[in-house]
Amino acid sequence: MQKIYPDAASALEGLLFDGMHICAGGFGLCGIPERLIDAIRDAGTKDLTIASNNAGIDGEGLGKLLRTRQVKKMISSYVGENKEFERQYLAGELEVEFCPQGTLAERCRAGGAGIPGFYTKTGVGTQVAEGKAHKDFDGQTYILERGIYADLCIIKGWKADTSGNLIFRKTARNFNQPMATAGKICVAEVEEIVETGSLDPDCIHLPGIYVKRLICGAPYDKKIEFKTVRERAAA
Amino acid sequence: MPWTRDDMAARAAKELKDGYYVNLGIGIPTLVANHVPEGIEVTLQSENGMLGIGPFPFDGDEDPDLINAGKQTISELASSSYFSSSDSFAMIRGGHIDLTVLGAMEIAENGDIANWMIPGKMIKGMGGAMDLVAGVKKIIVVMEHTSKNGDPKFIPACTLPLTGKNVVDMIITDLCVFQRPDHDSPFKLIELAPGVTAEDVAAKTTAHYTT
Repeated sequence: MQKIYPDAASALEGLLFDGMHICAGGFGLCGIPERLIDAIRDAGTKDLTIASNNAGIDGEGLGKLLRTRQVKKMISSYVGENKEFERQYLAGELEVEFCPQGTLAERCRAGGAGIPGFYTKTGVGTQVAEGKAHKDFDGQTYILERGIYADLCIIKGWKADTSGNLIFRKTARNFNQPMATAGKICVAEVEEIVETGSLDPDCIHLPGIYVKRLICGAPYDKKIEFKTVRERAAA
Repeated sequence: MPWTRDDMAARAAKELKDGYYVNLGIGIPTLVANHVPEGIEVTLQSENGMLGIGPFPFDGDEDPDLINAGKQTISELASSSYFSSSDSFAMIRGGHIDLTVLGAMEIAENGDIANWMIPGKMIKGMGGAMDLVAGVKKIIVVMEHTSKNGDPKFIPACTLPLTGKNVVDMIITDLCVFQRPDHDSPFKLIELAPGVTAEDVAAKTTAHYTT
């Protein structure tokens, strides 16, 4: 069982096709699979449907695939901070399915857990509920949401061992964990690959069963969207 | 004199109780963290997957892997924990968060809230707002009483696409506070900013409320 590939292009070999569905982890620019996004851009795969909480910003993250017009449809909860996205959407060149953030996370979790649909009260009485089945439980109304199961999941982790057991770092976990499970195959990029046995089995965030292909994407030059700091008190 | 943004945040902070788990929205709601009353311990949740939000980091200590839901750099506390987006919203949807403070573009007299979309203009998306208003135990809205054009924002029925239906418990504006005890009751005017009269509020409100 060899899960480690030398680079993103080889890790994606044989997996990409036009019109495919992709789940991409990350929140804003935090914990995005940037090496794999670059490789999909270079491969030129088009008409992509991508489930991702955000769509990157201009020229960063999934913004790169928007710039090259490889994306047909986004399933996202928040797409601010992206002018090219807005332009393509208003011009009718890009389809967007707005999905509440928690519903998106649960759609991926459910899809990956073999649950094709679930009821939630999020979005009841709003545009999100239009056309969806409604059902009352214990006096409250819920809507039916569908699980997401993609052709490919791309995620970013912090460390993985050679068996694919993976851990995330701080808030870079976000959508990466549920999205890793929500498709036919998950390709992960991490900052460091360590020997099997060197990660505590009690502290694995994503068991290796979900990680079929793995690359080390280091060195990373991680971007900050909004740097906010406080002054150090004078000594 | 109407309340400032900071005054409004301080008023919202009076609703905090010891032991509360709280989610604060972007903008004025974020300022609530600066006004937690003495002797009260609250834990702030960030829906991108963290409990126990610390203050902004010192310059040079910022970490791209540690941000809040507004994508600002933050710091962690000794009590902090991290989890996935699905766990985060399980917490929110499952009713485990005690209180959320959000901004709004419109509130209707029946407790409907609209704060995510202006058709043809603003297309950013709802983020986690629909999940928060559906799942959190108490929903407080902090907003200017009128729009930039002077139009009332607390109105008989929302004109913008809704974020949630019949979900708001309390409204804090720069002029006053409205509250209702349950989702079947009308809002009641319970407090006025210094120098603001009930007539001032009535003149700038089209929603029906009790006094």
